[in-house]
Amino acid sequence: MSLPAVAVGDALDGHEVTLTRADLVRYAGASGDLNPIHWSERTATAVGLPGVIAHGMLTMALAAQFVADWAGDPAAVRSFSTRFTRPVVVPDDDAGATVTLGATVKAVDDDGAVTLGVTALGPDGRAVLGKAVAVVRAR
Amino acid sequence: MALDASFVGRTWPPRTYRVGAEKVREFARAVGATDPVHTDAEAARAAGHDDVVAPPTFPVVFTWEATREVVDDPELGLDFTRVVHRDQAFELHRPVVAGDVLTTVVSVAEIKELAGNDVVTFRCDVTDPDGGPVLVSTATLVGRAGEDA
Repeated sequence: MSLPAVAVGDALDGHEVTLTRADLVRYAGASGDLNPIHWSERTATAVGLPGVIAHGMLTMALAAQFVADWAGDPAAVRSFSTRFTRPVVVPDDDAGATVTLGATVKAVDDDGAVTLGVTALGPDGRAVLGKAVAVVRAR
Repeated sequence: MALDASFVGRTWPPRTYRVGAEKVREFARAVGATDPVHTDAEAARAAGHDDVVAPPTFPVVFTWEATREVVDDPELGLDFTRVVHRDQAFELHRPVVAGDVLTTVVSVAEIKELAGNDVVTFRCDVTDPDGGPVLVSTATLVGRAGEDA
């Protein structure tokens, strides 16, 4: 399986993911991260947050999934690193919060490895992940 | 409060985690990983894997638990209720699949102080039963200074 052909500087087609409170509860259970700031308004506001926030690791997982979908093979994702720069506040409604994912090609190695600079923007258009870099290589 | 810099390089006893197919399926659903290799063992085998494949960030399920135990070590002196997860990295030598029996060793890679906050980088080295490297997970946590700091 080979990766889509890209060159340095190419921008991948973006993708939007909407998170609702149900998604946060589902991720809490799946990951085992039961920190109440991800499901309790009372706890979140008590520690100074504007409201319940998504797990940073959920946002990272969505970004990794975006990369895996582009690669066409989840096993092609060889590394992924990021900083959590801003929380994604998820309101208690049906609309939820939208995270906009994108990436640009930073490097294409001789061995076929592609380095992507990944972006994730919160509902207000500001970055929620910083310095997010994924390295993808076909198996 | 400055943490004890002598913790750098220290490791904690290994922990073992058995990767279950249903946990992989549950995690894949939670992160929108819809490729059938995550949920269908036949599809996974057709793609060259032994069993269903965990999404790239799945290792947090067991590395976070192992790291949490170290964070809670009173000797280290981090207050978990004031901890913020600042950075995370995964280096995957091979995909994690159901049936893997993985051993995690947590170590402290770096301790710094930034504007009065403790910044600690934990490294999890994850290996298979033969000792072969499977992945490295690195998490940097910031222990926010208290009001009285």
